[in-house]
Order: sequence, then C-alpha cells, then structure tokens
Amino acid sequence: MKKHIITACLYTAITAILLGVVYPLGITILAKAFFPKQASGQLIVDNGQAIGSRLIGQPFDSPTYFHGRPSAAGVGYDATTSSGSNLGPTSQYLVDRIHASVQQESSGIPVPIDLVTASASGLDPDISPAAAMYQIPRIARERHLSRTVLQQLVIQHIQPRQFGLLGEPTVNVLALNLALDQIK
Amino acid sequence: MSLNGWLQIALFITLVLLLARPMGSYITQVFERRRTLLDPILVPCERVLYRITSIDAAHEMRWTEYAGSMLVFSAATLLLTYVVERLQHLLPLNPQHLPAVEPALALNTAISFTTNTNWQAYTPESTMSYLTQMLGLATHNFWSAAVGMALAMALVRGIARRESKTLGNFWVDLTRGTFWILLPMSAVVALALVSQGVIQNFKPYDSVKLLQARQLTGSDGKLTTITTQTIPQGPVASQEAIKMLGTNGGGFFNANSAHPFENPTPLSNLLQMLCIFLLPAGLVVSLGQMVGSPRHGWAVLAAMLIFWFAGTLVCYWAEVQPNPLLHGVDQHVSLLQSGGNMEGKEVRFGIVNSALFAIVTTDASCGAVNSMHDSFMPIGGMVPMINILLGEVVFGGVGAGLYGMLVFVVIAVFIAGLMVGRTPEYLGKKIEAYDVQMCMLYVLIFPLLILSLSAISVLMPHLGLSSLTNHGPHGLSEILYAYTSATGNNGSAFAGLNANTPWYNYSLAVAMFFGRFMMIVPMLALAGSLAGKKIVPASAGTFPVTTPLFTVLLAGVILIVGALTFFPVLSLGPVLEHLLLRTGHTF
Repeated sequence: MKKHIITACLYTAITAILLGVVYPLGITILAKAFFPKQASGQLIVDNGQAIGSRLIGQPFDSPTYFHGRPSAAGVGYDATTSSGSNLGPTSQYLVDRIHASVQQESSGIPVPIDLVTASASGLDPDISPAAAMYQIPRIARERHLSRTVLQQLVIQHIQPRQFGLLGEPTVNVLALNLALDQIK
Repeated sequence: MSLNGWLQIALFITLVLLLARPMGSYITQVFERRRTLLDPILVPCERVLYRITSIDAAHEMRWTEYAGSMLVFSAATLLLTYVVERLQHLLPLNPQHLPAVEPALALNTAISFTTNTNWQAYTPESTMSYLTQMLGLATHNFWSAAVGMALAMALVRGIARRESKTLGNFWVDLTRGTFWILLPMSAVVALALVSQGVIQNFKPYDSVKLLQARQLTGSDGKLTTITTQTIPQGPVASQEAIKMLGTNGGGFFNANSAHPFENPTPLSNLLQMLCIFLLPAGLVVSLGQMVGSPRHGWAVLAAMLIFWFAGTLVCYWAEVQPNPLLHGVDQHVSLLQSGGNMEGKEVRFGIVNSALFAIVTTDASCGAVNSMHDSFMPIGGMVPMINILLGEVVFGGVGAGLYGMLVFVVIAVFIAGLMVGRTPEYLGKKIEAYDVQMCMLYVLIFPLLILSLSAISVLMPHLGLSSLTNHGPHGLSEILYAYTSATGNNGSAFAGLNANTPWYNYSLAVAMFFGRFMMIVPMLALAGSLAGKKIVPASAGTFPVTTPLFTVLLAGVILIVGALTFFPVLSLGPVLEHLLLRTGHTF
C-alpha cells in the first residue's frame, strides 16, 4: 500500500508539470508564432488606444448607434462575469423584460427575436442581419442619413455562414458602429 | 427547422462516423502495446517515467489492485488541486491577484475535476488564477479522461481474456492513454482552435475604452458612467482542447463554450463537438476489435446513434418553436435570422448548433455548453436531462461511456436469456448471478443518489429552494438537473441555480464522488469476474450480439430502465412546465 501511495504521488507530481505547465507553455509559444493576433484576443487599436475586441460585444444604448443584444453579464457586457440570464421560458420576469425591450425598440413592426433576448455569454458580439436591418429607420432618423446608405453599410457587414454552410449569418455590432461613425 | 440546419447535423455525424474507425484502430494499437508512429519519441520517456516512479510495466493487476491504484491516484490528484486552489494567492501566474478559493468551493471543484464532472459553482474569470486553471484544473482534464479510458480497457480485457485473473496494469494504461492519445491530439486541436480566435496567452486582463460611454442608475439612485470594459485573457486554447477531447467540459470562462474567446466561430464549434464524440466513438470500435468481433462494436454504436438522432430531432424541434407568451416579436426562421428560442443562445450558432451541442455534450459526459440549457423550452431542456439520466451511454464520456454501455449490454443479454429460458452468454462468457448483481448495483446507485438528494433539497426551503432563479416546475428542473449532472459526472447545468452555497457545494460533491467511484468499483468487479471465465462455444441457442435485433434490444433496455426510474419526476418538472406554457402560465 505504501509503495502505491509513493508511486501515485510521484506520478502526480511529474505528470502535473508536463500537462499543467510544459504543455500550455508550449502551445502558447506555438500560438504566438503562428497566430499572434488570434492568440491575444483580436483587439482593435485606434491611435494607440485599445477600443475593444472584435470578439467581445460592447454595450450600446444610445439611439444613434446600432444596439446589440440584452446582456446578463454583470451590469451588461461585463466581460469579467460572462453569463446568460438563465431565465426559463415560463419566467414572468423574462416575459416582462422582453416586452419592455420590445416597447423601447418598437416601431410597431415585430422585433427580431435575437434583439430582445439575452445571449448565452452576455458578450455576444453579433446580431442577426434581420436585427441590424430592423434598426435602420431609427439610425437614419437620429443621424439624418439616408436609409439606402445605411442598408449598404449593413449589407457590407453581413458575415455569411462559414464556408456557406456552418453557423448562421451575423453582423458584428462593434465593427458596424465603428464604420457608422466614419460616415460623414 | 431548415434544410441548412439538417445539412449541418448530417455533416457532423458523417465526420464522426468516418473518423471512428481510424480512431478505434489507433486506440487498439496503443492499449495492446503494438507499434505506433509515436513510439520513437514516447517509449524512452515512458521508461524514464516508470523508473522514477518505480512502476513495473510488466506487472499484471487483479481487479482489486487495479481499483486500489486508481483510487490512490485519484486521491493524490484531488489533493493537489485542493492545495493549489487554497494557495493560489501565494503562487505565481496570478496577474489579477485573485484571493484563495473558499474551502467548500475548493473541495467541490477538486472533486468535480477529479471525477471528470467539471461542475463549476464559480465564475472562473474572477475566481481562478492562470496557474490554478492550468495546474489544478486542466491537468485533471487529462487524468480523469485517461483514467476513464484505462477503466474501459480493463473491462474490455475482462471480456476478451479467458481464465485470467488479471486485467492489465493501471499505470501503464494511464500513461499510454495520456501521452499516446490525449496529449498529441490536444496539441493539434489547441492550435486549430487558436487559428479560429480562441485566445492563448499569459497577459494580464486588458482594459479597453468603450465606443459609447454608458450611464447607469445604481440601486441607491446614483448615476455612474461606465467608459471602459475589462477584457479577460489567459491560456484558454490549451485547456479548451483537452476539455472537449476528454469530455470534461469545465470552461475557462463562466459562459463556457458560449464565450467568444472559447468558441469564436461556427468552425471552432464543429471542431469542439467532433472532439467530444471522437474518442467515445473510437473506443466502441476498439471494443469490437479487441474482443475479436468488430461487428459487435458497430451494433453497439448503432444503438447509440438511435438515441443521438432521437435527441437531436426532439431538441431541435422544441427550440425552433416560438414562445407563445411573447408578443411583438418575430420568432420565425428566415434567411436573415435563425428565429426560435434565442434566450441564452449566441447568434453565430443559432438554434441548430445550440440544440446539437446540447445533445452532444449530454450524450457524452462532457458538460461543456454553448448555450444556456436553463433557458431552453421545457421539452428542449428535458432532452439533455434525459440523456444524462439514461446513464450517458450514448457515446458517453471517454471510457466511462463504454463501460457504462457494457453494463447495459450485459443486462440486455441477461434479459434475452431469460426470455428464451437459457443461461445468458456474452461473447462466450456465461453471465451468472454475481455478474448481474454487480450490473444492477451499477445501475441502481445512480437513481438513488439523484432522487434522494433532489428530494432533500426540495424539502428544505432554506438550503435548497433559496438558490433558485426560476420558480414553479422549472425550479424543480433546476434542482433535478444539478444532481443529475453531478451524479452522471456531466457538469452542465441549469445554471440559474446558485450552487455556490455550503449545502449545494457539499451535497453535489457527494453526488459527484459516489457517482464516479461507487459505480467504478462494481464495474471493475464485473471485469474481474468476466476475465476468470471459460469461453463456451457458441451454439444455436446463443443470442447473437452483432445483429440489428441486438441493437434494438439494447436500446429498449436502456430506455426502459431510464424511463421507469425517472418518468415520475420528469412529469412534475419539464412535462408539467410544457403543459402550463401552452395554457399561458408564468411563474
């Protein structure tokens, strides 16, 4: 028995170093060599200042910007506590929350469902093309821009299914809003 | 449901089936100690490891010694993780200066990762340092999966060997599973994930300036302006790869595989789902090869496919349904949106990849999630729960799925024997009273833990009910799912349940511990008993285990055992919730 315990402890110590230190360090070195941008979180830098990650959604509630999805991460898009709402389909709180969001967004036309539902991570960087199109009349009004220009902008930012097959078409909200600010 | 959705599902399962045979052949090579491509590098390292740890690789173990070694090793690794968690504030690689983990949570987490559950009662990005994630948690993703594979191999050898007292050497099986299979595959998968945008670095968290500053009214009525966002970093990809390959499921971040840094694109999502099924499917093929009846392996795999397909169909259907309680929203599937029940789902995955992932992760004992199961429609959320309740034998965890399935195979053969009035045989081995007793022990411990612990939680409002996010029948589902996931060593959750309380931390730790080890011991006893038996030549009365009839009987036995045990409690949870939703009830 004693022999087994010594073997187990030594085995644990040695493999812990190999699997828990050497392996992740090795992968980090290779990742940095081959995919430096991806490995460090795809930060967008503007004038030396990091202004976001392409992959992490930001909160937008001003009527002049395209809105992302409601977020249950902390006070909203808090990337240190990623989380969904975990509300079930019969939750009164969920139904009330969605109806309140519909009230805010609504122009009388039914709101695309992803625009009023909280994502799984609370950091979803995307909305559906339908949700982006839906917001065009409001942005056009607030920014005094023509709807055609905005439609062009949204269409340029639609990321189709990967290889035409995988996943769903998406629109990255941060990228779209950065481009929106560029329009004079 | 759309054509594109079904194409994505078909692509996934085709890839699994194409990869199963080469994977299975490689597993057989590794565990039968035949030559492999990696031998020139790994064999010398293996020898050094055995010399330092004084392991005699030629020594064959009886089932008792095999079980003993496994328990001592699990205890040592559990202790290491507990110590690292408790001391993380003193150890390096803690750029966020996170404090030591609380004792109840540290114990729960150590047991959770040792048992291949990866239940997480904490928010990793604000609780665990980089070192704890790497050395305390990711290591268990290798170890617990390698232990599972070793145990499955012990049982397969028990079936294949004749009049033998031994089942192989635990340390050798552990080493070969880790270094020949898990580690090289993880390295490849990790780099593939980085290429898609999974992060891998040791930077401190970044702070970025928000494009639009936000004003919030606090609970005290004060206005605060938020102008920055903290972006977490860390060595994610290396952990993510083994989290999926080892069917562990413990996320680097709280949102797990829904987090854009853990699962950024549809391709990374497909890769992760493939990784979950790859080794379990390979092990079934390997079973057929090692017992000398490849067709038996495929017959077992066919039974698994039946459950996988039924689960996918029902869950996908349930999730594209519009929620009838909502008004003023467009929930229809169209070219411009995935529609359906999008609460708790990511846009890039949509309904189909969320439902498929939920099925895959609970068929296997993975427990990673790319959507929040708590927010699924009642029937959509019931299917993942049923998958775990059936014992996670549909592909199942690495190793654990195969030995769980083999227990059901023995029961199915036994029932077939009863029906025709002959002594049941399995691949030439007579199945006797002792063997069936061990199988029943394995099968009964599972509902005993789930149902009794859920019942206690429901009866104690202060301990059990105060943690709920949802009320009504959905609240019962949250509790039931927690103990199901813990006992089944899955690790996914109806995460609305706040499980970071002393009651849930300790009681779920008990469920995870006994759900793993109290089921392994009877399984190894069965392996030991089978190994000692003679081979009886097949006769006209032998029930063949390679036919579609066997596949159907096996599936029937799994379904009947699961349904009879758990139908009553499911009818009080998700089934009732489904009916109430249709009549417009809310809670």
